[in-house]
Amino acid sequence: MTKLSSLLSGIIFGLGLTISGMVNPQKVLGFLNIFGDWDPSLMFVMVGAIIIFSPLHFTFKRKSRPFFAQSFIIPSKKDIDKSLILGAILFGIGWGLVGLCPGPAISAISFLNINVYIFVLFMFIGFYLGNLLLLKK
Amino acid sequence: MNIINFTPYSALTGGLLIGFAAFIFFIFNGRLSGVSSIASDSIIKNENRYDNILFLFGLIIGPILYSLSGNKVESVLTNSLPLIIVAGLLVGFGTKIGNGCTSGHGVCGISRFSIRSIIATISFILTGVVTVLIFGI
Repeated sequence: MTKLSSLLSGIIFGLGLTISGMVNPQKVLGFLNIFGDWDPSLMFVMVGAIIIFSPLHFTFKRKSRPFFAQSFIIPSKKDIDKSLILGAILFGIGWGLVGLCPGPAISAISFLNINVYIFVLFMFIGFYLGNLLLLKK
Repeated sequence: MNIINFTPYSALTGGLLIGFAAFIFFIFNGRLSGVSSIASDSIIKNENRYDNILFLFGLIIGPILYSLSGNKVESVLTNSLPLIIVAGLLVGFGTKIGNGCTSGHGVCGISRFSIRSIIATISFILTGVVTVLIFGI
């Protein structure tokens, strides 16, 4: 059953990314271009997602367990470490270079653009290298 | 600063859908929908592997459904191969060691009031802004 809800959730997530325009790297770069011609849309996307998810998930978590799983899986780490900051900075540079982050990159696979495939391939190589580094620690 | 191409309504609508998708994944699977984690966990053996793959599959179907219902989807990505490769590596590696991306930290983390996620989100947005400032759109 978790497979069905995963697929459904992915589809709605993908629709949201598409309707909001976030599958367009040019629009994302427009948001990051604060000192030039600025497109604030991405901020509205985040706010929209947070105002739905935040209250609903808190309410649900207090009252219930997940329907198809034993318990909630929520990160327990609290400390602000070097790898969090360094990771966010490196991600921010990559994001600013072409305007793709993981969600929209995966959704953009549907546009049959070879450059998207190359990006996704190297993103997965990046995951793999990051994983190697984390395992070493 | 000039504001251009701003689409507040579609951005907010898409954002609400993303928040709703995250809520579905949370109440059924008990998990947070951070796409970088879902994607990077889809290439290694773990109990949620097929859930992850189906979620990603849903992300790809989302834009297809949207265009099949007669809507036009715009997506413009740079043609520069070196930029795409470097950005892909940075996005993959950075989100892996930083434990999250725009969805994991930016949406789910901020919704949970996680300090780590708030700091990560500020860091990658600032770095993205500086990157666009230096390299242009």
